[in-house]
Amino acid sequence: MATTSVSGGQVGRSLPRLEAREKVTGRAEYTHLMQLPGMLHAKIFRSTVAHGRIKSIDTSAARKVPGIYAVYTSDDVRKVIPDPYYGPAFHDQPILAIGKVHYVGEPVAVVLAADPHVADQAVQQIVAEYEELPAVFDEIEAAENKILVHEELKPAGTFADLKHLKGRKGTNIALDFRLRRGDVDKAFASAAHVFEHTFRTQKVLHLAFEPFVAIADYRNDSITIYSASQGPSIVRTEIARLLGWPENRVRIKVPYLGGGYGGKLYIRMEALATAMSMLARRPVKVALTMEEQFYTITKHPSTFRIKSGIDKDGRIIARKCEVWWNGGAFADVGPRVTQKSGFTASGPYDIDNVSIDSYALYTNLTPAGALRGFGIPQLVWAYESHTDMIARALKRDPLEFRKQNLLRDGRPQATGMILKDAAIEKVLDRIAERLNWKQPFDRGKGVIRRGRGLAVALKAVISPTTSVAIVNISADGSTTLYCGTVDMGQGSDTAMAQMVGEVLNMPAETIRIVPRDTDVTPYDMGTLGSRSLFHMGHAVRLAAEEARAKVAALRRELGEPEGSNAPLADLFRKKYGMQAGNIVGTGTYKPDYVPPDASGLTPNATPFWMVAGSGVEIEVDTETGHVRITRLINVADVGKPINPKIVETQLSGASLMQLGFSMFEKMHIDGGQVTNASLADYKIPGMHDVPLVMENETVDTTQENGPFGAKGVGELATFGVSPAIANAIDDAIGVRLTELPLTAEAVFRALRAKDNRPLGDE
Amino acid sequence: MSAATRTISFTLNGRPVTADVKPHHNVVEVLQNQFALFGARESCGQGLCGCCTVLVDGQPVSGCLYLAVFLDGAEVVTVEHLAELGKLDPVQEAFIECGAFQCGYCTPGFVMMSKALLAQHPDPDDQQIRDYLTGNLCRCAAYPEIVNAVKMAARKSKAGSTG
Repeated sequence: MATTSVSGGQVGRSLPRLEAREKVTGRAEYTHLMQLPGMLHAKIFRSTVAHGRIKSIDTSAARKVPGIYAVYTSDDVRKVIPDPYYGPAFHDQPILAIGKVHYVGEPVAVVLAADPHVADQAVQQIVAEYEELPAVFDEIEAAENKILVHEELKPAGTFADLKHLKGRKGTNIALDFRLRRGDVDKAFASAAHVFEHTFRTQKVLHLAFEPFVAIADYRNDSITIYSASQGPSIVRTEIARLLGWPENRVRIKVPYLGGGYGGKLYIRMEALATAMSMLARRPVKVALTMEEQFYTITKHPSTFRIKSGIDKDGRIIARKCEVWWNGGAFADVGPRVTQKSGFTASGPYDIDNVSIDSYALYTNLTPAGALRGFGIPQLVWAYESHTDMIARALKRDPLEFRKQNLLRDGRPQATGMILKDAAIEKVLDRIAERLNWKQPFDRGKGVIRRGRGLAVALKAVISPTTSVAIVNISADGSTTLYCGTVDMGQGSDTAMAQMVGEVLNMPAETIRIVPRDTDVTPYDMGTLGSRSLFHMGHAVRLAAEEARAKVAALRRELGEPEGSNAPLADLFRKKYGMQAGNIVGTGTYKPDYVPPDASGLTPNATPFWMVAGSGVEIEVDTETGHVRITRLINVADVGKPINPKIVETQLSGASLMQLGFSMFEKMHIDGGQVTNASLADYKIPGMHDVPLVMENETVDTTQENGPFGAKGVGELATFGVSPAIANAIDDAIGVRLTELPLTAEAVFRALRAKDNRPLGDE
Repeated sequence: MSAATRTISFTLNGRPVTADVKPHHNVVEVLQNQFALFGARESCGQGLCGCCTVLVDGQPVSGCLYLAVFLDGAEVVTVEHLAELGKLDPVQEAFIECGAFQCGYCTPGFVMMSKALLAQHPDPDDQQIRDYLTGNLCRCAAYPEIVNAVKMAARKSKAGSTG
């Protein structure tokens, strides 16, 4: 594919984000700050029990609060939307609870008022009675199917591989993905060494600073929804389905997002806002508080049991992976996380015999979805800790042991797909070089001990997905791009403009990007999984190339001499006799993909491989267990960066977000109740948590089938951070932590246990 | 809500204004609903993230916690004041040049806190910057770029005031 035609000098420029001025002056548009004439505010009354039948909802006192407009429950919702269940993989989530609640925080009733304070006050007056049912919170317990979250599974039908689950009863397993390659049992039997470890990750969440929000404006024959959404096309399809309407009567408008990180995907507040606007016949804004985000969507907690067989030469000959994903009360996109991450659960290693079982489980917790990595950070945490533990047990250098077993281009990955354009070894080598790995390292002798660690990872991008773009050249030669990729901070508008400018030989700053509006911008599967730069990038490139071809045709038609570069405006004037007309190019991109067979194998699992890793140097205070990260190195294979500066900030930001998930972030849950649902109690990284030295690097590679040699970035630097730190802790003080987060308490307890002086459970 | 309304007078971005506020109204609500200023925005609602930072008599305050009635007689500056005449403030220029934000939701708060920092410490070192800005959070974690931007803004301000 000829995808690297370079002419405009725009690709590779580190220009600031196009919307930078709007952002520093406080004028960038966000849904949370929008108001419509006649708009009512919705406030949500939420379940206080983790699992229970609703006996009664008493809204009489709330209705008496002066200034309220209405109070609604699911009985009202069903008058306007008879089957109000939604979800990308399963239609399991009701707009408001029907008959039963499945987790603490599930929306049960809504108050509408013009003054949000009034609505808030009225919500406090609602009383619900529940018949409490036994609840299940742990993913391993959920897999025993003793307590059932849902009576029956309801796959959405959008994913072919979930259809067999329709109507299944008596189970909490929303998807079981299996991969079998070679003969694992035979290989284990012949292995010189066998290692088995279990790793766990905790419940954390996105906490975008613009909390979840949607404003719905329902009219008789159309609805407009203003939403902070990463996937306006998906939202339109799903709202149209709920209403039984054609898609062209549903309009989704998305300005800039105040953060997304995977949380603002699929239906969030849009369905509730739609139902409320239909009932009230007024525009309705559903804007959550920071606290309510803890009851909306989170990352998947996980348990990963991993077992490896090593031969006498140190080769990994077998790996068995069992992963349980704690999906919470509604499946959301958990089945996709379960399957797609399953492809690479055995890590970036060349292993002939692999067995992977990956289970999506329902529990009575806040639902879990995609969070910057689609499950990969949880897997890397386990397999890169495990790999380090094996190396140390075999008295092998962790770098050399990895290099001996690394997957290289031309070799089959676990799915059977031949690896290509995946610079795993280059990435690992650069981390090691920056760490001066071959040089002696001073680990210290006193209270403060020092250590270093590294980790490297591989991800298959979500596939197959489609993007469409339109490039429109106006009669004065100025150019507009219509594309549905949502800029939530990753700089996609800027990168897309650079690609248009590259093809059309125009400065990227002059390209106008139309804000996302499904009435105007064409289909895009969603801004997720680091897919946009590759998929939408191709669509944008194709659209621009078509426009360029039409310009060339026009030049020929007008008898312009070969090589003429008469301004575009002159061509239009010559053609139409005045400043009139348009040249429109369109592009659609969908990569090839072969779904996995019954053994989880496929010759084409992904259009491109994502590769990244991290290295750290740390100090551990052995008197307190406190870990200080003194140096954090992130190295990634992004192909040819479209905008090197933005790529660097993406790598830096992703690694710092993962640093929070690694070191301290954790939703504390007691009987299903989140006990730290605020920024006061749930700490996220701040200025003082940034390592003193941070280094970000992209290796020199080209993604041959990528637009201009590029591929996605957004998730990459989350992959290696957690295991690199745990490996460094082991390096420093000889203790191994197998559960996140790596708090001072956890480190200190492990130290005391190692000294045979374990601490009590206080 | 039937709480008593009070009329307050203050200076907002250099202009005298009055506002009718209820006791529970915070600064963000009054700026947004009565003056159509959305640069200061509420995020955590607890004064912990700094997205709502405005200057009251030169002091940075959290607009989500600071009650509007306390603005009576005060001088209030919001992010909208900085580039009112079209020319960006050196802090804003530096944030753009250093790429010191991603989604931009927290950015006005960081810009205002950086203004306050530079007013007190025209030539801050890294530690001073980290200490001063520790009450502002950025979920996109553009912290290294923000530290660079504040240092660049200090240089720009110095060059601007001497030249």
